[in-house]
Amino acid sequence: MSNYRELAIAKAINAGLQRAMQKDSKVLMFGEDVAELGGVFRVTEGLLSEFGPSRIFNTPIAESAIVGTAIGLAMRGYRPVVEIQFDGFVYPAFDQITTQLAKLTYRSEGFLSMPVVIRIPYGGGIGAVEHHSESPEAYFAHTAGLRVVTPSNPNDAYWMIQQSIDSNDPVIFLEPKRRYWQKGPVNLDIPPMPLHNARLLREGSQVTLLAYGPMVSTSLQAAEIGQEEGFSIEVIDIRSLSPIDYPTLFASAQKTGRVVIAHEAPTNVSISSEIASRIAEQNFYSLEAPVLRVGGFDTPYPPAKLEEEYLPDADRILEAIDRVMAY
Amino acid sequence: MNPKSGEPMLQLLSPEGVYSVEKEFTRYGSIIDSLTEAQLKTLYRDMARIRRFDQEAIALQRQGQLGLWVPAIGQEAAQIGSGYAVGKNDHIFPSYREHGVAITHGVELISILKMMRGVNHGGWNPEETRFHLYAIVLGTQVLHAVGYAMGVKLDGRVGTGNPEEDLAVISYFGDGATAEGDVSEALLFAAVNESPIMFFIQNNQWAISANIDSQTKVPLYRRGEGFGVPGLRVDGNDVLACYAATKYHMDQIRSGSGPYLLEALTYRIGAHTTSDDPTKYRSEEEVEIWKARDPIKRYEVFLRRQGVEDSFFDEVAVAGDKLAEEIREQIFALGRPPLEHIFDNVYSDPHPEIEKQKAWLRAYEDQMGSHE
Repeated sequence: MSNYRELAIAKAINAGLQRAMQKDSKVLMFGEDVAELGGVFRVTEGLLSEFGPSRIFNTPIAESAIVGTAIGLAMRGYRPVVEIQFDGFVYPAFDQITTQLAKLTYRSEGFLSMPVVIRIPYGGGIGAVEHHSESPEAYFAHTAGLRVVTPSNPNDAYWMIQQSIDSNDPVIFLEPKRRYWQKGPVNLDIPPMPLHNARLLREGSQVTLLAYGPMVSTSLQAAEIGQEEGFSIEVIDIRSLSPIDYPTLFASAQKTGRVVIAHEAPTNVSISSEIASRIAEQNFYSLEAPVLRVGGFDTPYPPAKLEEEYLPDADRILEAIDRVMAY
Repeated sequence: MNPKSGEPMLQLLSPEGVYSVEKEFTRYGSIIDSLTEAQLKTLYRDMARIRRFDQEAIALQRQGQLGLWVPAIGQEAAQIGSGYAVGKNDHIFPSYREHGVAITHGVELISILKMMRGVNHGGWNPEETRFHLYAIVLGTQVLHAVGYAMGVKLDGRVGTGNPEEDLAVISYFGDGATAEGDVSEALLFAAVNESPIMFFIQNNQWAISANIDSQTKVPLYRRGEGFGVPGLRVDGNDVLACYAATKYHMDQIRSGSGPYLLEALTYRIGAHTTSDDPTKYRSEEEVEIWKARDPIKRYEVFLRRQGVEDSFFDEVAVAGDKLAEEIREQIFALGRPPLEHIFDNVYSDPHPEIEKQKAWLRAYEDQMGSHE
């Protein structure tokens, strides 16, 4: 019998970090305000008192240095986990992430591994000011050498943070901040699946609905409403944005023949652009309709009073489902 | 810029090759006093070796054997002097012009040429040589060095008093890189963490076509002050000053004194790279002034005064020509890297998409018969 605990996503990440730090003394945690305060979302709360200031510490407000020094610590044999306070603050570290962290294993012909995890709370829906609601995943998924994952529920949050820390490659770990307080059961003993697998969440026969991170619960809600309207909708949590688990996605696309992809990020040159193109390339004869996408608009993230109209919701997803069903 | 422009500077060997130690610098002088004749000769031998190598590499680039070359002519004293002062456990994080430092730590010269020929992007083992990979994006390596130094401190490998245990980190960068935000962040992180690191600036006075006067209003040896990192200017064309200052301050850092900054004031005699044309932005007169302060010539004068004979210098010249010959042979023997190198080591752990693309390209090439 496995032990279960009911945890919110933020607490589940906290528990996962705690367990990783207990298991391996080389795991370090640092970033802005992560120590005494426990981070602005309290994800690292309590770790300082358990592990002390040599394992978890605050840094000055300099994101490039947070990632750059994590690289140096990884070279020294540590497994740093760093926190970028908000999605919109990762860009000062973009150079260190893309030209250094992502490429050092390649540059060194395998002499160096880069087991660095960069945790980033991402996405909108919390009524925040500018630069606090963005979805930057496509930048990182586009960069060879990085792995990009995002949990959508507490059990995945607990296990995926530990699997990311175990990875010998750099992982961009995107935390769906508006779902931080969403609760669910966490199995403390058995990991659900490998880090880079997609998960079939709900079976259906007519349409495949693909989503990740904060849009997974929105998609499940859409599938529920859709069922009442007579549609059988299959929902898959993509979970890993680089690499993407195409076999799982293709199997569902071949079964239903209709695919809708939902995310918060602008759809232009996005994760859904790539998935739509791969599904079309490799499942052409199985498709009954073009792959449709539901996402943010190709604008900067709007002021909070407009974010409800900007962010995809169940109705916008169902509107796309109506369109694929019309073929 | 004149090195005697009113700023204090450690110089032990004048441009005329005269050795003298000012009273305030006796701690550096005593380090030189303890060097054996063999050690003094090694400094010369390697400065001459790296210059000969540099000249050969320029020739190889002109002949189409290298895509690019990055000459370090004029900077031999700064590199060989400091490189030999780095301790046996210490780690070095270079920029991309530190060929001289590389040879003081066992990096094969052909490894550097491989990058410039397009065979690989690096490829020596940084743990084995303790000389980390070249960094082409300016200033990035300085943060890696600070992170490494933070790790050294976490490991308790600073200030134990046991020379077998203690180690420090040194990061090289140029005057141009000091403008990068990463360098300022590195100084700050090193200061607040009291990290065991030396910031070694080779001020060669030209960042491609931008003169040092357009890049800083305060001398670079003072760049760390506001962050809490003290510094010293050293005559970068004086191999003894570079050796002594690096040795003294690395010893201090290893024993736990915190970060330090050295500015080696030198001059880039050659072009930024073989793609550059310095005649468009600086005068021949300026170059001539600095050629007269050549680090190797002045050190030769010093060694001859110490009684080193012609036969030594002849032997070094012969060894240089032999090195050039060997380098040419090695370059011509370098094949094309295997196709798989496009895909290998993108990740440490298995990656299905990369493997698929690798298999696809192999099959495609086999079908076309176009590779090798």
